[in-house]
Amino acid sequence: MAGEQMTLVAALNASLRTALVEDPKTLLMGEDIGRLGGVFRVTDGLQKDFGEHRVMDTPLAESGIVGTAIGLALSGYRPVVEIQFDGFVFPAYDQIVTQLAKMHARSRGRVRLPVVIRIPYGGGIGAVEHHSESPEALFAHVAGLRVMSPATPSDAYWMLQEAVRSDDPVIFLEPKRRYYEKGEVDTRPAARPGPPTARVVREGTDLTLVAYGPMVATCLNAAAVAAEEGRDLEVVDLRSISPIDFDTVARSVRRTGRLVVAHEAPVFFGAGAEIAARITERCFYHLEAPVLRVGGYHTPYPPSRLEDEYLPGLDRVLDAVDRALAA
Amino acid sequence: MTGDGIRLLAPDGTRVAHPEHAIDLSPEELRSLYRDMAMARRFDAEGVTLQRQGELGLWPSLLGQEAAQVGSVRALREDDHVFPSYREHAVALGRGMDPLGLLRLFRGVDHGDWDPEEHRFHLYTLVIGSQTLHATGYALGLAKDGSESAVVAYFGDGATAQGDVSEAFNFAAVYGAPVVFFCQNNQWAISESNEKQTRVPLHQRAQGFGFPGVRVDGNDVLACLAVTRWALERARRGEGPTLIEAFTYRMGAHTTSDDPSRYRDAAEVESWRAKDPLLRLERLLRAEGAADDAFFAETEAAGEALAARVREGVRAMTTPDDRNLFDHVYAEPHALVDEERAAFDVYRAAFAQEG
Repeated sequence: MAGEQMTLVAALNASLRTALVEDPKTLLMGEDIGRLGGVFRVTDGLQKDFGEHRVMDTPLAESGIVGTAIGLALSGYRPVVEIQFDGFVFPAYDQIVTQLAKMHARSRGRVRLPVVIRIPYGGGIGAVEHHSESPEALFAHVAGLRVMSPATPSDAYWMLQEAVRSDDPVIFLEPKRRYYEKGEVDTRPAARPGPPTARVVREGTDLTLVAYGPMVATCLNAAAVAAEEGRDLEVVDLRSISPIDFDTVARSVRRTGRLVVAHEAPVFFGAGAEIAARITERCFYHLEAPVLRVGGYHTPYPPSRLEDEYLPGLDRVLDAVDRALAA
Repeated sequence: MTGDGIRLLAPDGTRVAHPEHAIDLSPEELRSLYRDMAMARRFDAEGVTLQRQGELGLWPSLLGQEAAQVGSVRALREDDHVFPSYREHAVALGRGMDPLGLLRLFRGVDHGDWDPEEHRFHLYTLVIGSQTLHATGYALGLAKDGSESAVVAYFGDGATAQGDVSEAFNFAAVYGAPVVFFCQNNQWAISESNEKQTRVPLHQRAQGFGFPGVRVDGNDVLACLAVTRWALERARRGEGPTLIEAFTYRMGAHTTSDDPSRYRDAAEVESWRAKDPLLRLERLLRAEGAADDAFFAETEAAGEALAARVREGVRAMTTPDDRNLFDHVYAEPHALVDEERAAFDVYRAAFAQEG
């Protein structure tokens, strides 16, 4: 076996270690990432091995963290920032949108800001308020930012490598409820897959299911259940949310004629809306049914005892599949 | 230490002794400070005129703040860095920036895209206070590199109400970053006076973050130079940040879109006119025989020549190619931008064929 089995957290940790070893200009910044190793232990042991100079515990101020990271990037460093939870990113949203995203364009390419902002995101872990959100659309809507989200330990390792190497700012969304799921990871340089594009993770002929991050596993489960009912579903892991690899999605839809997009984020103005519009434009004459979306409701993320009602799970995905196939 | 703050040059042009911040400048250096202030004032006036003539979309005047800017920037070494807001035109000139680079932003032909490393004068920042964090991060980077360079962040009294500025103070203090926070308190954040911004004199804020804060007479170019030099030396010695509150006055409007007569008293403006930064240095130069009528006439002529060059340069600025819209959004290829650029080209070509 070329790779080894590891959790998604361990893959991220290994990826950060690789980045720190390979480039002395790479720095990690964030709250509790040093001695504690981060609240999810993604940075476990890194400060011990690389020192406080490279792995910096910061004051508890997200705007301060990102604004300072911008200054460090201007001076030639490559900061990888950890925001502790999805719902805590908003104090930094101003720096991300008004400064980080725009500086390369406004300087006509003179200024590069190779900053990665890692954010554990999504629900399903029984957390309190502000700890289960999916803000990807709020970042994908901003020109100048790249947005990506891995679904597996292998993708976590390699996509974080791509994010760290990119000269663009990257919002790197980590599916926190998949943190401790295991998968095979081949960390040898020869295994590097390159920038993340959409990938068909299950082939099928009846309908295309598109998902990313934590929902990929849900959609694979849905496809397995549907197979027992004689339905052959194709599952596409988007992996990158800005840019979106529409070519791969369109190729799949031209074969299956049906599309369901699933994400935890609210459906309204979500990534699914963009995918539905673009695929409708591109594949209008191939579609046998309207493109359907499955996702969160237009409500605040609920208390944890209600999150199973809010989160799109197996049943909601299969319900959409039924409706698309009935059309 | 409130009131006018540290002062080495009184409004009547006489020198004031100070135990810590004495400064000894040659007549040539004094003349050069005057010249820089006069050139900045003339450049700024041309900015206002060009906006009134419709050549610029907007101009934020620095009138009254020449001493704060020229004095502080003169304290910098070549290898130091400046992170400005959007009113630091005299600081820009002091760093050797091409004035037309600044004007392009206000002409609307670009967003201000000069090379920030060429003169170590970083890009203008329009979101109030953001740059204080960038300056802090940059200073951290310099410290990590083992460099002896330091950073000055410029911002106004209004910015001190922003969380980013407090976060910058705290980050700089915690990490001991070699940064000088230079606040030009010009008394007015558009129409809001200091009373609407703060309950304590601004320089006193530094104490709560654990570093020194001083008020300096912002219309005294000698004091601004001496105090900034002292703060930069502290930064270089690894003693961390300093907050300087240059107590000055915005003699003009916030920008050319603003009408200060709606919210402030003419008598207040007049009282500050008596404290004019150029006038007091002129008085000193004349009293000490360091400059004569010929020098002032020559300086005025140089100012007019600069204004003429600026006028000509602004009028010659052309609108960039609209395909530039899609350039440099990302450093690396991005499929969506490529797709939209291609669609834009097809759309425009259709008009060309009709033409």
